[in-house]
Amino acid sequence: MAHNVNFDLSHPRVEAGLESPADEEGVHDSFSQLIAEESQKEGPSDAIELQYQQRNPEDKDRDNVAYLSPSENRRWRIGSDKTGEEDKGRQTDSLLKDSWSSATLKILSSMPSRTIGRSRGAIISQYYNRTAELRRRTQRRASIKDFSRSARPSIRGYGVEVDTTDSAEKKQERLIQNLQNLSAVDRVRLLKEMPLNLSEKKSLRRLTLQMTKQTRSSSNLRCCSYLKFHIILALRHSWYNCLSFLHSLHLWQMPLKRVSGRFGSGVLSYFLFLKTLLFFNMFLFLVLGSFLVVPQAVYPPEQLENRKSFTGLELFTGGGYFANTLLYYGYYSNHTLHSCSKNNISSPPKPECDSKSLSYNMPLAYFFTIGLSFFVTCIILVYSMSKSFGQSFRIDKSNGMLAMKVFCSWDFKVIKRSSVRLLSENIRTQLKELLGEAHHRHIRSTISDKLVRLVMHGLGWILCIGATAGCVAVIYYFSDYMHKEQLKSSQNDSGDPELLKEASLLALPVLVSFINLMLPILFQFTAWMEKYNSPSLRTFVSLSRNLILKVSVLGVLCFHWLKRVAGSADNNKAFKCWESFVGQELYRFLIIDFIFTLLATLFGELLWRSFSDKVLKRNRRPGFDIAKNVLDLIYGQTLAWLGLLFAPLLPAVQILKLLLLFYIKMSSVMMNCQAPSRAYRVSQMTTIFITLLCFPSFLGASVCVTYTMWRLPSSESCGPFRGNKTMIQAGKQRIVELVKENPNLYFLAEAHTYLVENPLVLFVGATIFLIVIYFQSQVVDGQRKIIALLQEQIENEGEDKKFLITRLQSVHERKRTPARNLTSQVSLWNDRLV
Amino acid sequence: MGNKQTIFTDEQLDAYQDCTFFTRKEILRLHSRYHELAPHLVPMDYTNEPDCKLPLALIVDMPELKENPFRNRIVESFSEDGMGNLSFNEFVDMFSVLSEMAPRELKAIYAFKIYDYNVDNYLCKEDLEKTLNKLTKEELTPEEVELVCEKAIEEADLDGDNKLSYADFENMITRAPDFLSTFHIRI
Repeated sequence: MAHNVNFDLSHPRVEAGLESPADEEGVHDSFSQLIAEESQKEGPSDAIELQYQQRNPEDKDRDNVAYLSPSENRRWRIGSDKTGEEDKGRQTDSLLKDSWSSATLKILSSMPSRTIGRSRGAIISQYYNRTAELRRRTQRRASIKDFSRSARPSIRGYGVEVDTTDSAEKKQERLIQNLQNLSAVDRVRLLKEMPLNLSEKKSLRRLTLQMTKQTRSSSNLRCCSYLKFHIILALRHSWYNCLSFLHSLHLWQMPLKRVSGRFGSGVLSYFLFLKTLLFFNMFLFLVLGSFLVVPQAVYPPEQLENRKSFTGLELFTGGGYFANTLLYYGYYSNHTLHSCSKNNISSPPKPECDSKSLSYNMPLAYFFTIGLSFFVTCIILVYSMSKSFGQSFRIDKSNGMLAMKVFCSWDFKVIKRSSVRLLSENIRTQLKELLGEAHHRHIRSTISDKLVRLVMHGLGWILCIGATAGCVAVIYYFSDYMHKEQLKSSQNDSGDPELLKEASLLALPVLVSFINLMLPILFQFTAWMEKYNSPSLRTFVSLSRNLILKVSVLGVLCFHWLKRVAGSADNNKAFKCWESFVGQELYRFLIIDFIFTLLATLFGELLWRSFSDKVLKRNRRPGFDIAKNVLDLIYGQTLAWLGLLFAPLLPAVQILKLLLLFYIKMSSVMMNCQAPSRAYRVSQMTTIFITLLCFPSFLGASVCVTYTMWRLPSSESCGPFRGNKTMIQAGKQRIVELVKENPNLYFLAEAHTYLVENPLVLFVGATIFLIVIYFQSQVVDGQRKIIALLQEQIENEGEDKKFLITRLQSVHERKRTPARNLTSQVSLWNDRLV
Repeated sequence: MGNKQTIFTDEQLDAYQDCTFFTRKEILRLHSRYHELAPHLVPMDYTNEPDCKLPLALIVDMPELKENPFRNRIVESFSEDGMGNLSFNEFVDMFSVLSEMAPRELKAIYAFKIYDYNVDNYLCKEDLEKTLNKLTKEELTPEEVELVCEKAIEEADLDGDNKLSYADFENMITRAPDFLSTFHIRI
């Protein structure tokens, strides 16, 4: 052991490693440069030294590296032994060596990164920092100039690290102090998020509350803050009660659990989407019901026409007995309802009624209620869309697919054994695909292959778009024909029985639903013919084709109703009350759509399953096509939103329909389908569905409703806006009348003139929106850059860590070698003396 | 909600409500599930915090965990002694972290603990191999397993020590939007 080892710590070579690069001669731009320099200076000798010690077996004074200070249940992994041949002077790989001394190991084992989530003390100090940060955030933002310049950018920004030397009790005390000073909401949130076990969290909470009580009782609270404190407590208590009541409703909790246990998160997302739509419709029903239906039901208008008798057909056509009821627009009165004059509404109210009676301005109420419900629905939709988008958007588009597949693809909700087996197969297939992709990335398909595939895709698209256009044309001409038939029959009053005339109204909905049923089958067939590179591409293509079909069908129907039906209002007595007629049409469409879905589920899935079981003798059952079913739900909801203006009770119909649909689909899925065999990216698809619900569906419905209110003249003889003007003009007239009656509401009229009618306001608002969107996109770009920088920094820190560990080890070795030298020299002298 | 229950005091239920993601009703339901697992061991009266632990074998027999390939590791990560014996507090803790309201960071911490088979605070190659074998029920060939583990570590390891520390794991999890919906057990 004739190394010229210098164990003097003041030696310049050792000092060069220890000094801070803030000195002039030691400034480096990057860590890898620093490491390269260091390894040039001392690399070979250190590496040789360590390797020599590794190979020297009779060095009995070598530390027993297997001994570790006992730490909670950890077995230290010494590292693989493939380091010998790899390490040809690359010092940075020396972390893989297995001859760490026990001192190094002791230090390594207490590094913060190795104790995250493990030791209680580390968690407490981490959360102390977090609570301190929360408090600081509310108080004052420290600028970065206040922090001292130090060598490592990561140390900048932290205060002087004293808490590593504090004892556990001290840390806990300070954490409790911090928790106490936070608001109750923050405190509860932090408590819930801490990764400690529950008994410790409960004791922390108890201590915090004790100290809070102490400090509160000791300080003299002013009366208003005392009151505020009690009010906040009461509010919080009632909020908890409300939440637990909502949770205790447990709407469909057991069926959802069964579905998720058997089919996983994908099919579950369909049922959750259905539940969301149900809540939307319940909200609409509550709002419209309480503001429109209930007042009108309490003060019904005069019956102008005699009521037709109830035949069963009304449930389907919505006409007949239902024609002049609360269900439709035409029933609602166009004047102010007064509570005292219940019987003679058409005559002006008696003077003595005015002062004591409650008046309810029906047209205004109608106008504002519809507007309010659309506005609130819009806000809720945009909020849930942005929340869902935020969760599923990945800023950093780097490739981490394989690691993610290994750790994030097991669906913990799946309980049933056969589904678990399918899930493992699924994951195995995906992993093999990913491996195959990685291997065969360089194999390129030939030109002719690509051409053939392109031609097939082109043919497929032409076929689908052609079929869609054809069906749309069929709907256009058929609706035109039906319209003309109705005009003719109402003019002639021919001898056709009433029932036949009513039933003929069902022809258009049946045609549309039939097209909606058949064309997706054609699309599936086309997709089966084409070959797709990836399953997600196939999903997107089929989704977009179905979407194009539904949007065109709805577009041509809206054209038919808003242009043709509304346009023929003056000429014909059948369409005198065209809004009610459109309301009836939408009711019919909803009902027939539901019936067709029912039949398709029964016959489609049930028959297909028995066919495939008995005739084809396959063991596989059909899969549940999530995308198509969700699109059907969105289509139904669009119809409901379109019909809100014309039939205020339509949300109730939609609620019934959704309830029945849930149970039917649930039983069908459980009986006839099997777990999906292809991967399904739940959060991405959920975001897409919410976006589809917001953009084509809700936006289209609101555009149609706005167009109706703004441009179309309302019918003369029925509804709250009778008088042959557009609804907006009628509304404005009502407001003017209202302002005339109560002069102190003049500011409303002023606000209306200057804010609503002024195009400048709209222009300014739109510009502000666009600017905000532009800024946000710049923020996202900036965040991407920061992520790249941070990743580079993490790599640098890793190099740093390795460097420090090897230096630590080498310093320790040097310290030990003189001791060994000393003992060997002493033994040599002993021998000499003896 | 109106009927008087004698299993917990109101204060205890408030503490549970503040420290977990469950409401009072759900805590009571969890207690009945816990009691069902071993009716003669689990007392009905928890007001004086009895010290009762159920062994691993009983917990993994629950229908929610029975077919899960990681069931043993899940229960072990939430138990204090590391052997899988859960008291009621740990039982509630487990389902609270696995519920749908738990935030991503908390779930990531426990997911890391679950996948760390040798409990050294790193996901090394052996941990990954064991995870992969449990996922695919050992149907992949050893070469494929080796390849997948190598590539996964290569993709996710940022500081270059050939194993995944918690920071690497968390970084990967934030890029996986499905993690929140898959790491979820309904109880």
